Amino acid sequence: MWLIVYGIISSVILALYAVGFSLTYGVSGLPNFAHGALYILGGYAIWNLMNVAGLSIIAAAPLTVITCGLLGFGLYWGLLLRVRGIPLSELVVTFAAGVAILELLTWSGFYGIRYSLPVFWEESIEIFSVVIDGQRILVLATGVALVILLHLFVRHTRTGLAFRGLAQNERTALSVGIEADWIGSLSVAMGSGLAAVAAVVVLPLGMMEATIGYEVLIYALAVAIVGGLESTTGMVLASFIIGFAQTAAARYIGPKWMIIVPLAAIVLVLVVRPSGLLGKFKELEERV
Amino acid sequence: MQEAEVKVRKRRLERAIKARTDTVFVIASPGDILYVLAPRVVPMAILLLLPLFVGGYHSKVIVHACVVGLLALSWELLASCGLFSLGQSLFFGVGAYMAGAMDKYLHLPIWVTIPVATLGGGALCALLLAPVVRLRGVYFAMVTLMLPILFKQIIEAWGILGGTHGLSGLTAFPNEWLDKYLIIVAFITVLFGLRSLITSDYGLVLKAIADDDRAVMSAGINIYSRKVQALFIAASVASFAGAFITHHYQFAGFSVFALDWAILPLAAAAVGGTGSFAGAALGSMILVPLSEALRAMGGLRMAIYCAILVFAVLALPEGIFRFLERKYQEFETVIEVK
Repeated sequence: MWLIVYGIISSVILALYAVGFSLTYGVSGLPNFAHGALYILGGYAIWNLMNVAGLSIIAAAPLTVITCGLLGFGLYWGLLLRVRGIPLSELVVTFAAGVAILELLTWSGFYGIRYSLPVFWEESIEIFSVVIDGQRILVLATGVALVILLHLFVRHTRTGLAFRGLAQNERTALSVGIEADWIGSLSVAMGSGLAAVAAVVVLPLGMMEATIGYEVLIYALAVAIVGGLESTTGMVLASFIIGFAQTAAARYIGPKWMIIVPLAAIVLVLVVRPSGLLGKFKELEERV
Repeated sequence: MQEAEVKVRKRRLERAIKARTDTVFVIASPGDILYVLAPRVVPMAILLLLPLFVGGYHSKVIVHACVVGLLALSWELLASCGLFSLGQSLFFGVGAYMAGAMDKYLHLPIWVTIPVATLGGGALCALLLAPVVRLRGVYFAMVTLMLPILFKQIIEAWGILGGTHGLSGLTAFPNEWLDKYLIIVAFITVLFGLRSLITSDYGLVLKAIADDDRAVMSAGINIYSRKVQALFIAASVASFAGAFITHHYQFAGFSVFALDWAILPLAAAAVGGTGSFAGAALGSMILVPLSEALRAMGGLRMAIYCAILVFAVLALPEGIFRFLERKYQEFETVIEVK
């Protein structure tokens, strides 16, 4: 029982890490390798808003999400726009920007016990004789809500469909009146905002440290590769596979095996199904 | 009174000795030979002679520049066959740990550890990455980014190979000159070796894989085995650099898997100009001394490398080397427009 409950929770955390990255990359084809940095920047922003500016969490959380969204917007117009269409340059530029942010945060002394966020809800409840604290329930609820909203958004709203159109064929998208730069920047901004949402709900579970940013990026990438792109279901499935495998490895073999799981999952999936678990054939052509 | 404005324009002419391609020259005089040889011989001569005149700290900078140069050359080889690596530190770290472990646990002499770590590191990295050579572009980059971080965490969590303390007290080079000249000569050899490799038939196939892998496949060539071979060569070069640095500092710790060793070669290649080995070499010779000047910034250095990298990608898409090459091979005169 313990395994199932905590497996679900760590899977949902992985899905939260991946949801923003998957929106920007999987749906609109823009690799945002600064994702991990934006995540931890979200934590930094909310900590400062609460402890320096003295706002309550109700006010600080939306402000953090908006700030990160605007940063993502700036990232697109400032850097990505100049290298649009050169996939590897897009990657290098966002990755370098992300590392720069993380290293600046480390340099400014952003680590240690001082930087911890309060949980929203102190109480804990018992499900199937397993005790879960309130924060993890909140993580669960946010994760489920975000995934469902994302699924509806990319399929049933005009903006969401425009995101997908941009990834499928940019020229055709232009010819039907989708403004590529506007939609692209919106997509990066939303992805960054989602990273901040994840940071706001997940970070109170532990300490904050700039190096977590790299971890978040790695998990987001692992989920994206294993699940196959453009498929929300694939993303959820991949999060669950990696999440459960990690929880099981940590419990039955030892915590030090946990770190092997994402890599093993990637290698296995690539050998068996190179397009990812639920990827489509077109993606296979692009990837392999 | 109105002064007549003199309109001028620049006229650029290719040098006559340069034939249709960039690499074939029509040589007619000793002057032409000098013209072709000078850009190849002069920088190498400077690099070879420099350690005789500067010592101490400055020779450390030269050694460091050559190590980063080797990593940048290895990156460039992978890039020229379409494999985009964000994990040069993986190859570097594997070589470093291999040499360190052989020295520490097997007490092998230095002339065994370095060659074995070079070839063994290359083979191990090629083996590790063989399942993912099917991935292209961004996806391959993602996996190479993850591997060194995982290696670092494995060593940290399992406490193998010295754990967080690293392997210390390893054998040093028998003398200081061997130390310096080994890396300089290796750097020059690899630079010219890879330049001639890439223009050979074998190298042309590698480049064709980057341009259009489907076409290479339809020519009946197994691109995956070629990619693994390229990985082996590139990883061997970087593993050599790792093995060297292990004996140079007499220490191997998991800092060899740090992002510095992935970002700095990438930035060097981007500054010097991707698509040419000389560009990667030039980039590292410019960037490393610059980064040594930034050493006082301490923790902020990585952020500055990244800023340089972003700047190079955005503002110097062709790189310094291509620019210099073009200027060297054309006459530029200012003529009046009538």
